[in-house]
Amino acid sequence: MNKRWTLYDPRLAWMLVAPVLLLLIFLLVLPIAMMAAYTFFTFVTAGVETSALTTANWHEFLTDSYYSGFLLKTLRVGAITALLCGVLGYFPAYFIWATTFRHKWVLLLLLIVPFWISFTIRTFSWINILGEQGVINVALLKMGIISEPLPMLYNGGAVILGLLHFLLPYMILNVYVSLEGIDRTLISAARSMGCTSAQAFREVTLPLSLPGLAAGLLLCFVLAAGSYVTPQLLGSGRDALFGNLIYDTILGELNWPMGATLSIVLFIVLGFFAAIYTRYMGMSQIVKGLGG
Amino acid sequence: MTARRKEEGRWAWRLTGFVTLCVYIFMFAPIVATVILSFNASMFGGFPMTGFSLQWYAKLMNNDAVLSAFRTSLWIAVVTAAVATAVGVVTAFALVRFEFPGKQALSTLVILPALVPETILGVGLLVLIKAVDQPRTMLLLVLGHIMLAVPYVVLIAQARMVGIRRVYEEAALSLGASRFSSFREITLPLLIPAVVGGALLAFTISFDNTSASLFWRPAGVETMPTQILSMLKISISPEINALGTVMILVTVGIPLIGGLILESLTKLKRRGEPKGEA
Repeated sequence: MNKRWTLYDPRLAWMLVAPVLLLLIFLLVLPIAMMAAYTFFTFVTAGVETSALTTANWHEFLTDSYYSGFLLKTLRVGAITALLCGVLGYFPAYFIWATTFRHKWVLLLLLIVPFWISFTIRTFSWINILGEQGVINVALLKMGIISEPLPMLYNGGAVILGLLHFLLPYMILNVYVSLEGIDRTLISAARSMGCTSAQAFREVTLPLSLPGLAAGLLLCFVLAAGSYVTPQLLGSGRDALFGNLIYDTILGELNWPMGATLSIVLFIVLGFFAAIYTRYMGMSQIVKGLGG
Repeated sequence: MTARRKEEGRWAWRLTGFVTLCVYIFMFAPIVATVILSFNASMFGGFPMTGFSLQWYAKLMNNDAVLSAFRTSLWIAVVTAAVATAVGVVTAFALVRFEFPGKQALSTLVILPALVPETILGVGLLVLIKAVDQPRTMLLLVLGHIMLAVPYVVLIAQARMVGIRRVYEEAALSLGASRFSSFREITLPLLIPAVVGGALLAFTISFDNTSASLFWRPAGVETMPTQILSMLKISISPEINALGTVMILVTVGIPLIGGLILESLTKLKRRGEPKGEA
């Protein structure tokens, strides 16, 4: 025990983590603290504010239904996206886990590849599928099933589709990692005790994979609710989400105090969901999910 | 009765396979469509194809704005990958090997940039430099990218580090090696797959980053994704599809080749590695 303490001296550990600590303090902690302070600054005119303290920004946020409407819509889109990801993502995760196919890693790699492709490109590529000259419309027109192109782009559905495309791999990998952690002898045991495969799935596999599913749901929800590019490219003005509102307030109207207020609100709301999650599930599952 | 149940199981399995197939098609259809359309001879960015042409690639090669955005993104990504990997690997080493007060809090803090929406991170940093009256610089943009990439490097390195038994280091140390040389000679070589994997991921994270870059880039500087975004505001042209295809080649090709090399290096080791050992 004594030897270990000299070998693994905490002072050395602090030196090793110092770069990351400095980076995060200056780029993450201080900015968020500064942003919190900015929510009480007074907005004068575009790009100008004074440090005279006021609660006007919070008052405006809390009383104007424009903002709460945006927030609710964002949370709704996040929740719908996360649930769809959960339903659609569980099947591939289960399939990859349970398949007897020898080169499983190919299936996993195919899921990781979209991660590497530029998010902006993956998002706009949907225009080639859904647009008036996209695959679906052109094919349907050619076959004579429709006479007018279907308006599938620039609406809420397209935004959710784009988010699904972005988030499904997160969900699948999370559930897969969780399934991989299950001791397969448990399932054999359940089967030998007379469970049907459906019962074994319901009673053993599904409950044991729930942590991964929950981590996936949280990740998808948070990332969808914080998205900016997808609503920008695939939605109409009405489909803008909270991220777009923040962006427009800061870089469009140059109303920094209000932009800071909106950012802090989103931070608190999403942090609240993450806190509920960690309260019941712990942090480790998310860590596993992010690490692939 | 058992026959009927077996039949049910088979149908459930078929359904699973079918949904899986659909998900894979869903994941790749838009990407494939983009690559195909980049060779379209028509000047409108859509189907039907009017012929095969490389003209959009030629046009891209002469587009100065795109080329300069590409160069900017490339060197930002290289610097980000180098620094984030170095910092992240050392952090992972400390988090796995050492016990120190605040370790739990630090490991939570380290993964936060991956969980906090980029818009918030973007605004936060901007507010901070506005408060201290500093301009947006390239340094800020690069540092921001490093922050965004570090969580992933740490997680990858941590996962691998846990599987490396500390007795190897302890043996080296007990034979008189210094801390640094035991890390360099023993730990680092064993960590190589995580180092390469982390660097590749950091590279792509930086090269792809859109939302945060929109906030952090200095006036007049475009990175590849912000350039694409501003081109998309005008119209979706075959040139954008060509650009997308080039980007896909860069961001998939490089990690894929790296990953395949990695895979052959670690294939034997990965199976049956004890997870809880530390």
